[in-house]
Amino acid sequence: MLTPAAPLRDPAALPRLLLTMVAVALLWPGVSLSELDLGVLFDGRNAEPMGSFLSAFWPPAHAEDFLALLLQATLETLAIATAGLSLALLVALPAALLASRALSLSAVSRGGRPHWLANAVRWPVRALLIVLRSVPEIVWALLFVRAAGLGPTAGVLAIAITYAGMLGKVYAEIFESVDPGPARALLGAGATRLQAFAYGVLPQAAGEMLSYTVYRWECAIRASVVMGFVGAGGLGQQMDLSMRMFAGGEVASMLLTFLALVLLADLLSRLLRGRYA
Amino acid sequence: MKGLSRLLLPLGLLAAVIAAFAFLQLDAAALLSRDGLAAMAGYAARFLQPDLSAPHLRAIAFATLETLAMSAIGTLLAALLGLGLALPGAGRFGLLAQGAARLLLNALRAIPELVWAALMVLAAGLGPNAGTLALALHTAGVLGRLFAEALENTPPEPADALRLAGSGRLAAFCYGTLPVLWPQLVAYTLYRWENNIRMASVLGFVGAGGLGQMLYLSLSLFQEAQAASVILAMLLMVLAVDALSGWMRLRWVRA
Amino acid sequence: MTLRLRGVSYRHAGGQAALHDIDLQVARGERVAIIGPSGAGKTTLLRLLASHLRPADGHLELLGEAPWRLPAAARQKLRGRVGLVHQAPPLPARQRVVTAVLAGRLGQWSLPRSLLSLVYPLDAAGARQVLARLDLQDKLYQRCDQLSGGQLQRVGIARVLYQAPELILADEPVSAMDPVLAAHSLEVLADEARRRGATLLASLHAVELALAHFPRIVGVRDGRVLFDKAAGQVRPAELQALYANEQLGTRPPASTPAMRVVHSPRC
Repeated sequence: MLTPAAPLRDPAALPRLLLTMVAVALLWPGVSLSELDLGVLFDGRNAEPMGSFLSAFWPPAHAEDFLALLLQATLETLAIATAGLSLALLVALPAALLASRALSLSAVSRGGRPHWLANAVRWPVRALLIVLRSVPEIVWALLFVRAAGLGPTAGVLAIAITYAGMLGKVYAEIFESVDPGPARALLGAGATRLQAFAYGVLPQAAGEMLSYTVYRWECAIRASVVMGFVGAGGLGQQMDLSMRMFAGGEVASMLLTFLALVLLADLLSRLLRGRYA
Repeated sequence: MKGLSRLLLPLGLLAAVIAAFAFLQLDAAALLSRDGLAAMAGYAARFLQPDLSAPHLRAIAFATLETLAMSAIGTLLAALLGLGLALPGAGRFGLLAQGAARLLLNALRAIPELVWAALMVLAAGLGPNAGTLALALHTAGVLGRLFAEALENTPPEPADALRLAGSGRLAAFCYGTLPVLWPQLVAYTLYRWENNIRMASVLGFVGAGGLGQMLYLSLSLFQEAQAASVILAMLLMVLAVDALSGWMRLRWVRA
Repeated sequence: MTLRLRGVSYRHAGGQAALHDIDLQVARGERVAIIGPSGAGKTTLLRLLASHLRPADGHLELLGEAPWRLPAAARQKLRGRVGLVHQAPPLPARQRVVTAVLAGRLGQWSLPRSLLSLVYPLDAAGARQVLARLDLQDKLYQRCDQLSGGQLQRVGIARVLYQAPELILADEPVSAMDPVLAAHSLEVLADEARRRGATLLASLHAVELALAHFPRIVGVRDGRVLFDKAAGQVRPAELQALYANEQLGTRPPASTPAMRVVHSPRC
């Protein structure tokens, strides 16, 4: 009945102690590097201008000419997101076709494994897509603002580039995840690749593609607001201006508009996805 | 009728796209003209020779560390604040507190990090402190909601049993609920940290420290060679974080 | 007198009555087995005694106090003097056995001590001592999800032994153990009660175990006490009446839902 007693000392104590020490050793310089100082928020000198800024939040600005400006900025934001996404689609679709293994001719005769030469053509496209989406859209926006001047053009191009990378990658994955049988059969029967795509892959992939695209459109709206802060037009640029002028009421109206916009986009995207996906 | 409504939506989308381009009046002609393209190409060419001198690389390394520190400290603060708000948010302190906590969480979450950063720069001055606070505030909203959901899905029996043996509320929470909740808290927090590293690198555009501030400054000073190496550093950091998180997920989440 | 119930009844949230008009008195140091078919109300009765459930009618006295007339803090203190062994001990899957056992004394420990012990077990020796009585000392630092059902039940018993309450309540404490182990575990509980002069009430499905280990037997059926007498005086006819037409309903085991982590795509 007697089993050898386990040692009384906690075997987890030493690892826990070490882990804590490592965490502290890493976080301590982190705190100093990030110059963390919660005190500034409650500092008396800061409190007064901040207090007057925040107290101006209510009531939100609602003068007639300001509302006209707000409407203009909101429409601009929507237009940037929509135009940017449609440009991104133009790049993403061909890129996804090139990057995807789903339409490989060499794979048909090789049991689903493409020829190494074919893969060698695919990799540069994939690498390009990775670079496009790995640089954040706001960096592209800043670069275009500097290159092409202030304004919505920079926002459109930034969204087009980043989202082309994201959509291209996801589309390629969707193409590869559907049943390859129909496309292979068509390719084997002498169809061209585009024909095989249109009749063999697209019918299966369309729902998921639409769902992801609509979700990205929702993200593009947020992104176009955020990109305004570096001068790429729309609601964000107005918000940045009002903040610099400490116009609390205007900032409040614009934040409310932004929230309404995001809510609306969410609703619309849910509607679209529920209907077609 | 059904066919018409199916046709209506694609047509509507097409109209929206055309309207968008018309509204923006994109000056494609100017942009794609010979002069426009030449100007763009000239601008791009100046990025082709990134500044890889030792002092600049050292400055980039420091800014990268600053970015990582901002994201880590911001996420940690957010996890603490999020847990503090998730407890009332999951209805532990009555309905009134629940409503208030949810409202606060939604407000924190709805405002993007960069807008928070712009506000924090006004409140706390330029520098990484503003970025850290901005990340903490937005992420607290995101994590608080996830934590509250996890808390609601945690079985109450272990903590109930401890209460029944006379334990205090906090002790029962720590012994009965936290061990069940802990893996989810850690998983959510790490996942947000990954996101925040990306975000922290661009918060500097509004003056909130890190690599972003460096990029913004060098672009303002027309130092394209320096800017190019900062962009390269950002790219490498994002790729490294992606690879690391992908490897960790493969190893721990699917296993 | 440890327990005094007069005309106690209880209705479930759905409205159906679970216990009717229970009269029961248990003196200090007594050892009582509660037997009866599934669904008779044994678990409800024990939860009532543990002041988990509040009786709809009647008078309930626990260790000389009426728990539902006390202010919340005093009731919590009273609960610390009552230990309940659960049929499926609700232990967090990733918690270590030592922590699960030490949690028995949370009612007596100060908050700083409780929190410290969560990081580093402060009384590992005490935990090992109670585990050793149940032959589980080698599992001290294992995680609860590595144990079998019967081992978990013994950890639940060890937690209550560590709590050292004046009243030990046990709800089917040995249902997942083989007969030898079940007898041994019941003997440990009885021995603990004898040694400290504590009162022991256990509900049991196995009549032989009840008759062998407990001097007093209470038969419960349909929420009523059918008989209440010394073990030696229980007649086979009474047992037959107690278990007549028992429906073989098995309760689904309590399970913790699998961990769910949502990874929403980044925007």
